[in-house]
Amino acid sequence: MSITAIIINSIVAVCLALSLLKSREKTLLALKVAFNAAKRIGLEVLALIIIIGIITGFLPNRSVAALIGSERGLLGVVIAAVLGSVLFMPAIIAFPLASTLKSMGASTMAITAFITTLTMIGFVFLPLEIKELGKRFAFLRNGLSFVVAIVIAVIIGVILG
Amino acid sequence: MSEEQAANSVNAENAQAQNRKRTFQWLRKVNAKVRTGYSLLAGSILAAVVLSMMFPPKRGKFVKSSAMFFKEMITVLPSVLVLMGLFTVWVKRETVVRFLGQGSGISGILIGIFLGTLPTGPLYIAFPLASMLLRKGARIATVMAFLSAWACIKIPQELMEIQFLGIRFTLLRLTATIVLLIPMVLFAEAMHDRKKEEKRQGDTVQRKNIFN
Repeated sequence: MSITAIIINSIVAVCLALSLLKSREKTLLALKVAFNAAKRIGLEVLALIIIIGIITGFLPNRSVAALIGSERGLLGVVIAAVLGSVLFMPAIIAFPLASTLKSMGASTMAITAFITTLTMIGFVFLPLEIKELGKRFAFLRNGLSFVVAIVIAVIIGVILG
Repeated sequence: MSEEQAANSVNAENAQAQNRKRTFQWLRKVNAKVRTGYSLLAGSILAAVVLSMMFPPKRGKFVKSSAMFFKEMITVLPSVLVLMGLFTVWVKRETVVRFLGQGSGISGILIGIFLGTLPTGPLYIAFPLASMLLRKGARIATVMAFLSAWACIKIPQELMEIQFLGIRFTLLRLTATIVLLIPMVLFAEAMHDRKKEEKRQGDTVQRKNIFN
């Protein structure tokens, strides 16, 4: 286990212990919620593990670098941002995917844009957002989120190189 | 007259409830379609098998990286899910909504962002919630900040980001996101209200048209 994983697990263990001290029933309920979530995303996680294997195993590194690598510059960032807006996947599995793409030559800027648009912009949810909050609100939020995602990506790309 | 008005408002409420119900049904269908984990898994396994037969020398790298990712996932995923469960149980959605109206200006927006990061449900729960808040008179900037944070920052998920992308990247991205969300929602509010002024005929009527 890496140090990060140990720290994460310890934090959660402390939270779990505190919760258990306060209420047994609520803690059991929380574990039930967690188990249900595991059932819900379990298949996707397994699929992702295989997909990551396929990407790293069979896809040549240069194809990723050519699409969203740093030589692509801002265009690569925009491509990643568009991909992130259109695709729909839980953030939990998006982070491992992003780290794989990064290790294969995707630029930090591109994966930042990908993660940010993936989480902030939901094409799948757009009809619902329009219905509940109006066209103007939904378009403003999603459109501006896209712009902000690119700005965030550029800032982080510049800082982290 | 008050009776008639009361009846009208009850009708409107009912219609709204119906509308919401239909939306949720539609969403469940979308979810079922999108989240067909089985077909995704079957498809990726099939692809892996076919590719392994086509390019046998690359099979080793495929197995190795899949195994590595499995190990990295399994060491944190259970914890992340447990933390999510703990939040669901201990942080009541009603409390979040109650706190959301408080604070004004930038502090209100920051409160909105903070409350949005608490994992209290999926995004499609947040839309009707946000719509209700707007109808109750909450600021557009606050509601949009809340909604955006709800969408993109979730405390348990951030543990995943730290594990896979590093603490430096995670903290930088979160700081940049929070700092940029503030001007974004203020700008959006200004744009939103400008159009409202142009179209304004009657205060309450207009508000209803926009948000229903």
